[in-house]
Amino acid sequence: MITEKNAMIKNGLILSVFALVTTGLVTATQLLTKDEIVKQEKKQLLKVLDQVLPSDKYDNQLYLDCTLVEASFLGTKKPHKIYRATKNNLPTALILESTAPDGYSGNIDILTAVYLDGTVAGVRVLKHKETPGLGDKIEVEKSQWITKIKNIQVKSEQDTRWAVKKDGGMFDQFTGATITPRAVISAVKRASLYAQSEATMLFDAPNVCANGKK
Amino acid sequence: MKDNIKEISLQGLWNNNSVLVQLLGLCPLLAVSTSLINALGLGIASMLVLIGSNISVSLVRNWVPKDIRIPVFVMIIAGFVTIIQLLMNAYTFGLYQSLGIFIPLIVTNCVIIARAEAFASKNPIHLSALDGFMMGLGFTLVLVVLGSMRELIGQGTLFDGAHLLFGEWARVLKLEIIKFDNQFLLAILPPGAFIGMGFLIAGKNIIDEQIKDKEPKAQDTEKAPRARVTSLT
Repeated sequence: MITEKNAMIKNGLILSVFALVTTGLVTATQLLTKDEIVKQEKKQLLKVLDQVLPSDKYDNQLYLDCTLVEASFLGTKKPHKIYRATKNNLPTALILESTAPDGYSGNIDILTAVYLDGTVAGVRVLKHKETPGLGDKIEVEKSQWITKIKNIQVKSEQDTRWAVKKDGGMFDQFTGATITPRAVISAVKRASLYAQSEATMLFDAPNVCANGKK
Repeated sequence: MKDNIKEISLQGLWNNNSVLVQLLGLCPLLAVSTSLINALGLGIASMLVLIGSNISVSLVRNWVPKDIRIPVFVMIIAGFVTIIQLLMNAYTFGLYQSLGIFIPLIVTNCVIIARAEAFASKNPIHLSALDGFMMGLGFTLVLVVLGSMRELIGQGTLFDGAHLLFGEWARVLKLEIIKFDNQFLLAILPPGAFIGMGFLIAGKNIIDEQIKDKEPKAQDTEKAPRARVTSLT
């Protein structure tokens, strides 16, 4: 009985030592790589921001100026980040993260830059699960399609040009995949409309990215 | 000693190849082998984890009582995977993003715990390290072959996305071998992985058969005189 108890205590101790050592090693690595990871993420973010909005349109540190909003216009209920571009302290554009909930296989997360008059400056897809070879042409690495959505104004909710050609609009669909581009186009349109109608509120909202985190 | 090294290498690369023979670690294998670079990335990551965990398990093999060896092994493996994941996140960010969920899933790659239990817990450090390396290399090689097959048939390219692993200069490595207007989806989607895998295993079996076909003859000639000798005495 006593030996059994001893064995249990001994095993418990050995296990705790291992837990401590492995946790310690993981913590050490985490501390060592933390800065580099933040740097990489920032670099990645900057790269995408740079792709959607020409850098001569703003002079603030874009990634340090954003607000979080929940709005059905942005696709899903979850909070989306909106970056605010200003030049000489005057608002110039908004960069909105939003979601197309009606992709062919789930949500498509996109980033849309919109000038104050509702002109879309550029769009990139952040994350998607569309069919490889068909729907994934929305990625800029796979096809130039997404770069065609550039400097086009969304005039109103009734602006019928903002649709794929099959639906009477001005954007190409892909052979064998209409649902994906349709979802992206309508998400961009909604994001632009939202940016137009809420611009003042969005620029006045408190900044949540100020410390470089998030 | 030399025989040992040869034996371990042969086991890892061919006779007991983790994918073709043991059929372990298929989940990441089938999911990630859509392109050569993805395959190579996950292969190397798995290999590093295997070497690290084999060495550590072998180091502590005399101090860990039998009853608690499994939780200890799991802890060591999980620790290594997390470390590798953090390192990849920091230094190969693009690849980290394209491999995504499959890096943490290395923890569940049965090859790793299987080698810890079956080999590293019974053998000295240098042999365990070698075993980890060879098993990992065997895994990586199959991944790479399958990845190249699927990328070539599916997209007509090789080394697409090399910049994710090696940095921007590596974009030039991309080879466009066949020009498709549309990708051949079957190869890229999961069925392609299963079909390709089937062909690889079949191929290995054919080669093994051929080797076997050659061997018995050699043995026969050896056996024949021995039989005569025994009959004479």
